[in-house]
Amino acid sequence: MLQIQNLFKIYDGGVQALYDVSFDIPKGQFLAVIGLSGSGKSTLLRCINRLVEPTSGKILWDDMDITAASQEELRRIRRRIGMVFQHFNLVHRSSVLTNVLAGRQGYVNPAWSLINRFPKEDLQKAHAQLERVGIGDKFRHRADELSGGQQQRVGIARAMMQEPELILADEPVASLDPVLAHSIMQHLEKINQDLGVTVICSLHFLDLVHRYADRVVALNEGRLVYDGLPQDIDDARFKEIYGKEAERVG
Amino acid sequence: MKNVNKSIITALIVLIVLIVYAYGFEVTQVNLETARQPRRQESFVRILRALAHPDIFTYEQSEVVVDAPIVVGCPTGGVSLPEPDKTGPYMLVTPGCAEPKAEITVEGFNFAPNVSGPINFIPPSNVTIQLGNFQSDSAGHFKSTVTLPNRQPVPESQTIRSITRANVGGPKLSRNGRDTWGKIVETVFLALLATTFGTLFAIPVSFLAAKNLMKDVVSPLASVALSLIAWPIGIGIGWLTARGAHWISERFGQTTVLLIAGLIIAPLLTYFAMRIGLPPTDTRTPTPRQRLGRFGALVVAAIAGIVAALLVSQVISEFGEIVAKVPALEFMGNFFVTVGDMVSTFLGLVVALAAGAVLGGWAERLGHRMTDSLPVPALKTFNLILAALAGALIFLTVAAVIEWLYDFNNPLYVFVIPGILGALAGLLLAARLPHKGSLPVGLTIYNALRGLMNILRSIEAFIWAIIFVVLVSTGPFAGTLALTLHTVAALGKLYSEQVESIMPGPLEAIKATGATRIQTIIYGVIPQIIPPYISFTMYRWDINVRMSTIIGFAGGGGIGFLLQQNINLLNYRAASTQMIAITVVVWLMDYLSSVLREKFV
Ligand SMILES: Nc1ncnc2c1ncn2[C@@H]1O[C@H](COP(=O)(O)OP(=O)(O)O)[C@@H](O)[C@H]1O
Ligand SMILES: [Mg+2]
Repeated sequence: MLQIQNLFKIYDGGVQALYDVSFDIPKGQFLAVIGLSGSGKSTLLRCINRLVEPTSGKILWDDMDITAASQEELRRIRRRIGMVFQHFNLVHRSSVLTNVLAGRQGYVNPAWSLINRFPKEDLQKAHAQLERVGIGDKFRHRADELSGGQQQRVGIARAMMQEPELILADEPVASLDPVLAHSIMQHLEKINQDLGVTVICSLHFLDLVHRYADRVVALNEGRLVYDGLPQDIDDARFKEIYGKEAERVG
Repeated sequence: MKNVNKSIITALIVLIVLIVYAYGFEVTQVNLETARQPRRQESFVRILRALAHPDIFTYEQSEVVVDAPIVVGCPTGGVSLPEPDKTGPYMLVTPGCAEPKAEITVEGFNFAPNVSGPINFIPPSNVTIQLGNFQSDSAGHFKSTVTLPNRQPVPESQTIRSITRANVGGPKLSRNGRDTWGKIVETVFLALLATTFGTLFAIPVSFLAAKNLMKDVVSPLASVALSLIAWPIGIGIGWLTARGAHWISERFGQTTVLLIAGLIIAPLLTYFAMRIGLPPTDTRTPTPRQRLGRFGALVVAAIAGIVAALLVSQVISEFGEIVAKVPALEFMGNFFVTVGDMVSTFLGLVVALAAGAVLGGWAERLGHRMTDSLPVPALKTFNLILAALAGALIFLTVAAVIEWLYDFNNPLYVFVIPGILGALAGLLLAARLPHKGSLPVGLTIYNALRGLMNILRSIEAFIWAIIFVVLVSTGPFAGTLALTLHTVAALGKLYSEQVESIMPGPLEAIKATGATRIQTIIYGVIPQIIPPYISFTMYRWDINVRMSTIIGFAGGGGIGFLLQQNINLLNYRAASTQMIAITVVVWLMDYLSSVLREKFV
């Protein structure tokens, strides 16, 4: 169970990115976060693993206070939270395998990773994860030689190397075309259903939300404006989330 | 009205430009008068001619002596002289006999083309008398008329001898050519070493001087103060540890058997202690007992590692001494001896600094923990005490440096007052800062390093050479040190700008996996900066070759030293050779570095 309580984030420039956001996520849920761009979705996800420091409020994970964790504890929390990014965020010049192994950073002893040494099990795990997302043969390639869809699969494999209990996916399919988008979403769905990993995924398209999410929360200018089932978003709700001028497409 | 204004402004600008350039001419003494003096022009032409005849090659020369007989005082019945050997150069003298003071014609055949030399008369007494000179034409032929000396006629034939000098074999490097070659090799290697060492130091510096990596490095006051206090203690402990390890390695180094035993035991001990101290994965938080055990293992590993390094350095030195006995391998031997010496000299320093870093880092975490867990009043008190101590420490360090430089010898001013002032400054900071607020440690280091690099960079390597000459005496080593220092400053800046321009996404992703800062740098930063780093290093080598060609003017070794000497001795033909060598090497480097850079980037 992940509990978000009265979360505020004000950036240095004075932008109010999150305003009093509270909600709970039970274990194993596939939660979609929707909202216009600039509504605070990325900020919300990054507050959960403290890539962004919340200004105030609490985030509890199984009764552990993430917001109060020391640097050392934070490292141990982060390694159990996988993250998938809109722009994949792979290290371009490194090999696919190295990118995937990077997911073990939180577990290997930093002194050993200084000399680029990973335990044998980690290597096997990396190959297995690449197989899982269907690009087992690409491990030697440089990351930037792969297509967008393949790069995002490497991103998922990297997150899975962490043996995560929670995956934060920040618009994982926004840079991909629709066919690839479904394939990536299906990988996340499988991870969620087969392994019981909680997934928090910000999305742009409502049809993807309908298809994959158990539940949806919506943000508008940093405020939580909807929390419920995807199918309950009717036209009135839609206008509330996306603004009066918005038209439903899909 | 507007137009008038415009004209006035234009006129003013023209006037100002005129004044600026007039003054410029005045201070730079632009003046054609001196150049018009015939004396100047003569010297100028002479020097240009000398420069156009660089002293690079010489030939070995041999004398070619060609003799022809002559009889002075014609006997009745004339003379019959032997036919000359016509396979080589030969001379015909006509007539074959003549009275003293008579004119004779000497004709030469088969001589080397365009050579000249004396025509001598050699009487039986062997006292040579020069009769004249000859100059062969392009076909190796000459014909000259000379007058015989006034001598008593004798019946025997006497000798007319011509002497020419001929170059034997191919061109050889002249002495100056050889010296130039030696020095230009020295110059290129000087630049190579300076670039290598400079790069090694500039890489870590560049990470500390990159804003994007340093700006999130913040620590609470307690951490900063504790680690400031812990650093010198750590350095002290490290220094003592290194001394202890030195003592141990000396025991082992006494006999060959012990040395071999030590060389086997120490690395093995290091390895196994490392395995215990650094488990490959950390899956759960270690218990305090485990932590203590690991710490102990790491201390053992560190000491065994230092001993191993010292023993290896001893072996390298001794190996070098053996190798140096072979004349052709002397330089390799000396290299090993010096490397061994460097390892044992700098190991203590490295160990001391590393221990400082370890203890400082540990104190930093302790400070974090105190800030997180202590009740507010206790924390406030702690902060005040620690800040006062740390402030006093900083001020006292600065004071000690000043005392060392200026020798004031007044303990009150040198130690008591700065100590009190530092403590007060610390107290003030602790009182003003919110008790859990953090200090921008990263940005402070960033600014300090950037400032330092700007200062070091703005002082030319040439000037550093003057300073280092005092420390290590004149020679290429001083030049290497000077160029290294300048390289660290220049590359540190260029490199860190590259770090600042990397893509932030991958860093964020790696940070999100729970990586430490160092892991983030190794996996997220380094792969991104390799191409620009290589490119800048090549570029720097190019610059260092240029600089090392003149650093000899300041006593820093390399070809500049020869060039300066020859210019001072007005030996322009020799200097010309060095100028040509510099041009060729700089041009080659320029070409090479552009080719390599294209390959890598
Ligand atoms: N690092 C930052 N500094 C200042 N403002 C930011 C920063 N990141 C995001 N913002 C602002 O915060 C708001 C929310 O941004 P974001 O969380 O990225 O929204 P979304 O992901 O929904 O598009 C936006 O107005 C954005 O401009
Ligand atoms: Mg976003």
